[in-house]
Amino acid sequence: MNFECRGEVVNYATGGVAINRELPLVVLLHGAGMDRTVWSQQTRYLAHHGFAVMAVDFPGHGESGGMPLSSVKEMADWVSEFIAEVDMGPARLIGHSMGSLVSLEAAAHHPESVERLVLLGTAPAMPVHPDLLGAAERNEVLAPQLMTSWAHGTRAHIAGNPTPGLWMRSGCQALLERAKDDVIFNDLMACNAYEAGDVAAMITCTTTVVVGSEDKMTPPRATAHLVAGLSDVDLKHLDGVGHMMMIEVPDRIREILLSALR
Amino acid sequence: MVDPDYLKFDTLSLHAGQEPDPVTGARAVPIYQTTSYSFVDTEQAAGLFNLEQPGHIYSRISNPTVAVLEERIAALEGGVGAVCTASGMAAFHLAAATIMSAGNHVVASRNIYGGTHNMLNLTMPRFGITTTFVDPRDPEAWRAAITADTRVLFAETLGNPGIEVLDVPLVAEIAHEHGLPLMVDATFTTPYLMKPIDLGADIVMHSVTKFMGGHGIALGGVIVDGGRFDWAANEKFPTLSQPYDGYHGITFAEEYGHQALSMRARAEGLRDFGAAMSPTNAFLLLQGIETLPLRMKRHVENAISVIDFLETNDAVAWVSHPSVTTHPDHDLAQRLLPKGAGSILSFGVVGGREAGRRFIENVQLASHLANVGDAKTLVLHPASTTHQQLSAEDLTAAGVGEDLIRLSVGLEDPEDIIADLSRALRASQKG
Repeated sequence: MNFECRGEVVNYATGGVAINRELPLVVLLHGAGMDRTVWSQQTRYLAHHGFAVMAVDFPGHGESGGMPLSSVKEMADWVSEFIAEVDMGPARLIGHSMGSLVSLEAAAHHPESVERLVLLGTAPAMPVHPDLLGAAERNEVLAPQLMTSWAHGTRAHIAGNPTPGLWMRSGCQALLERAKDDVIFNDLMACNAYEAGDVAAMITCTTTVVVGSEDKMTPPRATAHLVAGLSDVDLKHLDGVGHMMMIEVPDRIREILLSALR
Repeated sequence: MVDPDYLKFDTLSLHAGQEPDPVTGARAVPIYQTTSYSFVDTEQAAGLFNLEQPGHIYSRISNPTVAVLEERIAALEGGVGAVCTASGMAAFHLAAATIMSAGNHVVASRNIYGGTHNMLNLTMPRFGITTTFVDPRDPEAWRAAITADTRVLFAETLGNPGIEVLDVPLVAEIAHEHGLPLMVDATFTTPYLMKPIDLGADIVMHSVTKFMGGHGIALGGVIVDGGRFDWAANEKFPTLSQPYDGYHGITFAEEYGHQALSMRARAEGLRDFGAAMSPTNAFLLLQGIETLPLRMKRHVENAISVIDFLETNDAVAWVSHPSVTTHPDHDLAQRLLPKGAGSILSFGVVGGREAGRRFIENVQLASHLANVGDAKTLVLHPASTTHQQLSAEDLTAAGVGEDLIRLSVGLEDPEDIIADLSRALRASQKG
């Protein structure tokens, strides 16, 4: 499916279900270098449980047109415009990693666009290892490899995908390898430069935060700093899970999302 | 510079895809010898049938034991997913049927297993899919054979029975120049010797029956999805890029992106064609894969010893294996197969067809049968067995001379293998 925003095509997955404008809108935002398919274990479920689902590709990502936006703030402004263009009222916004920062900014600065927040793998700052930034700048396969390596918990490096036959590690790496040149670097630079400041205090909607105990990219300690600033928050801990929680424990994430969105 | 903290090949051979059973604590992979699975409730059942959530419904589509094998092979190959099948031929058919329809066309190497050649040359045309066979060493032949209807390029990483080495990066580049995937049969190399996805291949298939299992006691096949090919980049692959009525209009490339092939192959291919692997066979094949790196190392070492012997034997007219410096792909093998070019080789017996027959009938340790990649040494005369359906013209084109003996070097003590071959070669010259 696609739509136009700022004169460029925005591609999105709906879970294979046509958008019903009578249903509450759920917009899912992916992380750095990724695309809509990172939500493939959740979109179809939500679409069959009472929601109009749009898992979008950010500009320059996946099948969306345009150039990647270079800061979290710009991405948040774009999300707000997209929600306005869709014209289905405020969205329930679900963001992972970089997408969680964008969701946070959008809810803080465009409260009219956001009815509820779910943040997965999040923190008030996401400093990026200089070796990863360097590999991303050179468009080396090492960047997807490092991201994949660090983004999964110990268990996910061995087994445990509930979808028969799928191998998580290569799935994540292949997804990142499909990103166009410079996209991963752009996104990592945006994450690296971001500082939430007092944004959490500006959030007025109900927020659910999901944290994995083995998340090396947004560790629980960092997540706690963000949670401390939110006034209406429900924190969900996932033991033995890393940063790629939607893929590592898709069943748990489906349950959490359904509960948080209803 | 930091490195990715990935588990290594030998570790994945033992562990990938399996956790100790959460209920019983069983460390080995249990054999889930069941056809079907109880649903929690009607909502969960509906979710499973509608692809809203993952899980097992019926063992034709997926099974927990088979799933461990699938995940393990995907891990060893570096693929995003794998789908196991009842045999290697079923794997080829599953991949072909998932990405092609009547009116489509294949460009295939002419130096492939006789069974695959027959399927492409004789059987699939009945269903509207045609094939042009080319010399796998000729890049221009690959390019020239591609038409507007072509949907895949196909070859074996090591040809059968001539052991031609496929220049995977080059043929992948040709395929990708035309918006097409490269599919390879990597049965002779296994991921221990070559990882075709890292070299540019998009789909890898195996007869798991061979080196992967290693024991010759269970049939099985697999397709591995590389996850790098963009199925929606053009209009050539509507089964993946267009809505599918079989699941209420889902578009696999839209929803699953890099895993679209794996998902459709299972959701449609196993569901409708039904060539599923049995759970017991998956268990048996898993036992073999646990020792794949150890066995492949020994296979290669034994093959080198046998080649050294054959090259100096007066009853041997020629030896063909990429490790031999006169083999046309020797340099390519050094580059693409640094751990060795496998343990399947061919040679000609002085005296032609009749001498070859006497050789085959006088081996005692080696087994005369139609298989390769067993732990035991195997010999075969392809012109009278695996390739017998081919015409004389096709035999010549496939590089199968009437004197050709195919040898799959096993894991016995190399001195015993050589003694057996030496005895049979002496007998071959007493006509």
